[in-house]
Amino acid sequence: MKADPAGVLTGAHYLDGDFACGEGAMAAGCRFVGGYPITPSTEVVERISRRFPMIGGTFIQMEDELASMAAVVGASWTGTKALTVTSGPGFSLMMENIGLAAMMETPCVVVDVQRGGPSTGLPTMAGQADMMQARWGSHGDYESIALCPQSPQEAFDLMIDAFNLSELYRVPVMFMMDECVGHMTEKVVIPPAEEIEIVPRKLTSRSVGEYLPYYADRQSVPEFARAGDGYRFHTTGLTHDERGYPVMSAECQEKCVRRLVEKIRSNADAIVRFEEFGTEGAEVVLVAYGIAARVTQMGMEIARKRGLKVGMIRLIVAWPFPEKRIRELAGEIKAFVVPEINYGQMVLEVERCAAGKASTVLVPHGGGGVHDPETIAEEILRAAK
Amino acid sequence: MSDRAVQDEVSEAAEAKARGPSVATDEHPIAPYLRMDRIPHIWCPTCGIGTVVKCFATALEETGVNLDKTSIVSGIGCTGRVAGYMKLDAFHTTHGRAIPFATGLKLGRPELLVIVFSGDGDLSGIGGNHFIHAARRNMDLMVILVNNFIYGMTGGQNAPTTPLGARTSTMPYGNFERPFNLPHLAASCGATYVARWTCLHIRRLTKAFKEAIGRKGFRFIEVIAPCSTLYARLNKLGTGFNLMQFYHDNAEIRHGEDPRKVDIGFQEKIICGKFVDEERPTFLEMMDQHYEKTLGDKYVPMPPEGGMIHE
Ligand SMILES: Cc1ncc(C[n+]2csc(CCOP(=O)(O)OP(=O)(O)O)c2C)c(N)n1
Ligand code: SF4
Ligand SMILES: [Mg+2]
Repeated sequence: MKADPAGVLTGAHYLDGDFACGEGAMAAGCRFVGGYPITPSTEVVERISRRFPMIGGTFIQMEDELASMAAVVGASWTGTKALTVTSGPGFSLMMENIGLAAMMETPCVVVDVQRGGPSTGLPTMAGQADMMQARWGSHGDYESIALCPQSPQEAFDLMIDAFNLSELYRVPVMFMMDECVGHMTEKVVIPPAEEIEIVPRKLTSRSVGEYLPYYADRQSVPEFARAGDGYRFHTTGLTHDERGYPVMSAECQEKCVRRLVEKIRSNADAIVRFEEFGTEGAEVVLVAYGIAARVTQMGMEIARKRGLKVGMIRLIVAWPFPEKRIRELAGEIKAFVVPEINYGQMVLEVERCAAGKASTVLVPHGGGGVHDPETIAEEILRAAK
Repeated sequence: MSDRAVQDEVSEAAEAKARGPSVATDEHPIAPYLRMDRIPHIWCPTCGIGTVVKCFATALEETGVNLDKTSIVSGIGCTGRVAGYMKLDAFHTTHGRAIPFATGLKLGRPELLVIVFSGDGDLSGIGGNHFIHAARRNMDLMVILVNNFIYGMTGGQNAPTTPLGARTSTMPYGNFERPFNLPHLAASCGATYVARWTCLHIRRLTKAFKEAIGRKGFRFIEVIAPCSTLYARLNKLGTGFNLMQFYHDNAEIRHGEDPRKVDIGFQEKIICGKFVDEERPTFLEMMDQHYEKTLGDKYVPMPPEGGMIHE
């Protein structure tokens, strides 16, 4: 369906990434936000708390991130699209109820504006070291969807996609920004509501007597009933059967977890998204995302000027990872070069998919800034040898 | 009722009479409020939780609230299993997070009656921070806390409510930490309805539930209940029945008592009653009033049926 115009601030704006992200959420139909302040993400909820009372949304500043995430999962069970926003230290606290959202199959979006870590780290400066946490952060088996915008415009655009994906697959979607993207100000064009396609919460069409909250075949997504419509359903973070009742058995666990995993894995082709340029005939392919992708592109230009055949894959969706494409490229090129603002996270995926067919080089950065494009160019040169 | 239905009922009654006492064949009066397909429940014989559930279901019945618009939220623990047995929209969440989860439900669809039903460890230990903040906000939630002085589900460890001197599996020489006085905690944080009963006081407890259902804001009811398997056994107090006997002999009703004075000592008097019952604007009322005042016509409140955007 088309976006509700109430939430859409159509026009050309000059916005920072955090504000753009907040606008994206409102345009996507988000009407509940529970959050706890943390740099460099706070501007997202500041933006939303200003506009929400005028568009029928409710923002509440919770007592901590444990509560924020729990409230988001609760709110989503009313059919109201829900969001929370944080940075590393809060993301760690949210893992508990991100797991609950995964287990209960609750659509919602979690924004992590990454800063330097571990622990309190570098509150006001960039990092990209929560990428594995976005994938594996909560205990147990589940599959994650994570998006990583590289600009304020993308913070807006991808937020719509993040909500849509969360609705389609009934999962918490991780929105992995970084401090640079969050705090940089650029032109953001917000289209008219009728040009924004949103996925509304799809309510079950089954009658009360026929409805089973977790009935779905192996790879699909169960139908949703919201609280207050008379279904009197049960849902739990425990391993459960189709009725949503706890069943403590290996057999039920197998069925329950397998579907959580397969509903994403079997649809990976539809979810995976990346931008690819100059990979044809390339010897070296760069893989980068978020702010690092922008400096990586500069590094690529320098290397090209020095006569190297370099291409690039920019991850738009980090999880699920573009496994197939990386495997294909591995057979055609010499090396992957992966600049990221951490000491090696997404590079592990690249290396796994390259499976020894191409070498994989990490260009690490501890956080607090971005790579020097010259450093990236030098690594490309070295990898091409 | 149609004639046919009346006839059926008359003949059923006659048949029942012919069969003799019909205790076992009749449906239990609270069965319609339970997920009977999940019975038998997991609780131990003479555990007090079931009695609290019975009183709660009776209160639902007698108040006649719209069950379709009533949600129940539990955390984790023996008491945390209550949500799973109630035939309502029911949420069995994570340990300690029932209150914030319930907060989201209420704010996401303000017309719902949202009830939190969980244990002492869940709500006042790991969830203690949420408890005080929900009370401070006068969040529109009814909170039922079953206090068995112990972590039942995990095998009898110390709780923030364990009385001084009582034995638990992690305080094998007796507890030396001062416990919470929960009514005082709730009242001092801003709860607008605060009561304590034991699960022996079934009529009064049911009445408290009914009253709380009819109030708004943060309503808190503490129910002292036996954990026969762990608390009673570790402290050599007999069975749940002996604890009920103890409540009978040692519970004292003092309505309106200053909540500061209702501490519970080990095997000492248990002060029961309604300690707070006042009206103050709730979170949602405060929010609405405030935005109406500051934003005027520009304020668009979330509709009672929630912020879901329909096609
Ligand atoms: C995060 C987390 N920590 C610990 C546990 C283990 N755990 C389950 S129930 C429980 C205590 C419950 O005590 P209480 O709320 O008093 O409930 P009761 O069983 O006594 O009714 C604990 C510690 C858990 N499930 N999750
Ligand atoms: S362990 Fe205690 S609280 Fe849990 S069911 Fe048994 S008696 Fe009840
Ligand atoms: Mg307990």
